Amino acid sequence: MAPLEHYLIVSALLFAIGVVGVVVRRNAIVVVMSIELMLNAGNLAFVSFGRFLNSMDGQLIVFFVMGVAAAEAAIGLAILILIYRNRESTDVDSLNLLKL
Amino acid sequence: MMNTILFILLLPVAGVLVNLLFGWRRGEKFAGRVAAGVMALAFAASIAGFFQLLGLPAEERLIRSDLFEWIAVGDFRVNAAFMLDPLSSVMTLIITGVGALIHVYSIGYMHGDRGAVRYFIYLNLFVFFMLTLVLGSNFLVLFVGWEGVGLCSYLLIGFWFERPAASEAGKKAFIVNRIGDLCFLIAMFMLIGIFGTLDFGEILQAAPAKLVAGGGAVTVICLLLFAGAAGKSAQIPLFVWLPDAMEGPTPVSALIHAATMVTAGVYLMARAYFLFDLSPIAMNVVAVVGAATLLVAASIAMVQTDIKRVLAYSTVSQLGYMVMAIGVGAYSAAIFHLLTHSFFKALLFMGAGSVIHALDGEQDMNRMGGLSAALPSTSATCAIAAFAIAGVFPLAGFFSKDAILFAAMTSNRGGIGFWLAGAVGALMTAFYIFRMLFKTFYGRCNLSIEQQNRLHESPGVMTRPLKVLAVLSFAGGWVGIPIFAGANLLDGFLAPVFGGGGEAHHEVIFELMMMAVSFAIAVLGIYMAYNVFVLSSRGASAYAERWPGFYRLVFNKYYIDEAYDFLIIQPIRRLSVRLWKDFDDGLVDATVNGAGGFVRLIGSAARQLQTGYVKSYAVMMLAGALVVAFYLTAGAK
Repeated sequence: MAPLEHYLIVSALLFAIGVVGVVVRRNAIVVVMSIELMLNAGNLAFVSFGRFLNSMDGQLIVFFVMGVAAAEAAIGLAILILIYRNRESTDVDSLNLLKL
Repeated sequence: MMNTILFILLLPVAGVLVNLLFGWRRGEKFAGRVAAGVMALAFAASIAGFFQLLGLPAEERLIRSDLFEWIAVGDFRVNAAFMLDPLSSVMTLIITGVGALIHVYSIGYMHGDRGAVRYFIYLNLFVFFMLTLVLGSNFLVLFVGWEGVGLCSYLLIGFWFERPAASEAGKKAFIVNRIGDLCFLIAMFMLIGIFGTLDFGEILQAAPAKLVAGGGAVTVICLLLFAGAAGKSAQIPLFVWLPDAMEGPTPVSALIHAATMVTAGVYLMARAYFLFDLSPIAMNVVAVVGAATLLVAASIAMVQTDIKRVLAYSTVSQLGYMVMAIGVGAYSAAIFHLLTHSFFKALLFMGAGSVIHALDGEQDMNRMGGLSAALPSTSATCAIAAFAIAGVFPLAGFFSKDAILFAAMTSNRGGIGFWLAGAVGALMTAFYIFRMLFKTFYGRCNLSIEQQNRLHESPGVMTRPLKVLAVLSFAGGWVGIPIFAGANLLDGFLAPVFGGGGEAHHEVIFELMMMAVSFAIAVLGIYMAYNVFVLSSRGASAYAERWPGFYRLVFNKYYIDEAYDFLIIQPIRRLSVRLWKDFDDGLVDATVNGAGGFVRLIGSAARQLQTGYVKSYAVMMLAGALVVAFYLTAGAK
């Protein structure tokens, strides 16, 4: 079995890719996908620790995270559809209506 | 026993409430009937109260009704307490009796006015406050009524508030009265300081012990009370609001500015007579101011051309008589004149209202004339009232004016000067009132053809109250016929209030002579008016041309309004503008705006962080998360 470090490195790489996606990309759908990537990087870390520490806690938390992520994706996409209908664009940089 | 007082007081309130709840929907007819109905009931209750008093022995004629403890601070107590004694009984009868007639008249006068329901609500509210004023058994309850009638007066003067003149007049009345009210308040504070109570009875008991007769304290209190009374009762120097108050509907002028509210000042001084008795200086001031007022106002009334303004100045002048009577210590003569004046002046105002009604709002006497044929009831009743106010035997005004003149001459506080002022005033009274009568009802008609064609006598609902008041103006003075060398009926009834009277007895011949003189003065005044306005073809213009300067002075009311404007109003305006621009804008606003500007400044700096780009927020969150993670890992080691 591969050592714990390998899993954690993959997880960290996934998380970093997610962060870069959120920060760099302008398309809101890609931003949401990047957030999902970050969440799943966290999930991978949780299950790795759970497996190596012989504890069910890590697995349990992953289920919670997946539930929350599903809800977040549903609401986030609904908001995006509404924004698109109103603005005909999903460019996050143009969403600054609250700014003075 | 307390029920009668409560009934009298609460009936007008019931009228207000019923009209507030249902009047708007049911219309002016309903509102007028409710308002007049509660007044009739209140009058019945007042009569019942009067007979309850008569049923008691003369010295015990006092019905008290303490409702509840109103204010209790330390040892100081004020109750919401009312009392009915002969003085307040007379006042109550006037207010509810004359008031009921004027309410009935108003049904006709206000017919078709959009605000008629509001009008009746105000009118009933006024009556409630006026009754509170005369029935209150301490200065504070009286003051509540005092302020309440001031409020209702303001509301009713400015009743047609869409007219700028009316709303201006309302404000003027309110503000001028405020000056007097402030003095009244200070007088009450002094009374609390000295007596620790405001109850009339308790102060009456304690006054001789706690106040030095003729001392400084009592003189200041009396002068302050008089200043309050001068505001309400339109005496020099605060009389300027009353002529302007004629902007209100005419029945209001009859009720508030002739029969009831303006007599409140006279009532106040009569009520506090035990204080005035202790201060000869204050009494002298009162008498002199009253005499001056009656002369000044009567002279202005002789040259005014607006029918209601003539009556307004006449009212000021007659109030001057009452105040002078108070000043010479003839309290019951003052109340007697108050009573008869409420009859004939209400009648004159309502007659003038009837004329104005018939002419669709015309008030200038120069455009009237010869109206007696078209308005038989109005002109006949007005003639009776004119004879009454001129003081012709045996009408009401004769006896009351004679009582005042007699007291002015014979009272130990009076003197020949006061008598002379009263006599000259009586001559002018007879002159100006018959001038008004001749110019309005007799002689050549100066109306346009169109107006003449539309002339109509007022409906019965308006003329019937006139007739009732005409009877009262004729016979109302008989309650005060001197039973020679003794007290008359009214004096006798009021005697327990004013400490038994004890006026000196005089020769019957002397009293009769005085009566003959005042009768002769009245006839002379009427003859002069007849001479000038009926016999002479040119009317008064010949006299006006002979003394143009004097005529202009009097016609412009001695420029008193202008003088007040220059001496008081403009300096206050200038001061206010300075305060506004320098203090308010410069200091207060600058401080507030400065505080706001400081916050803005910080905000505009902090706002730089909020770029509005989602990604920059994401980067900051990431940075924050890294800092937290670094802190936690570093902290763990």
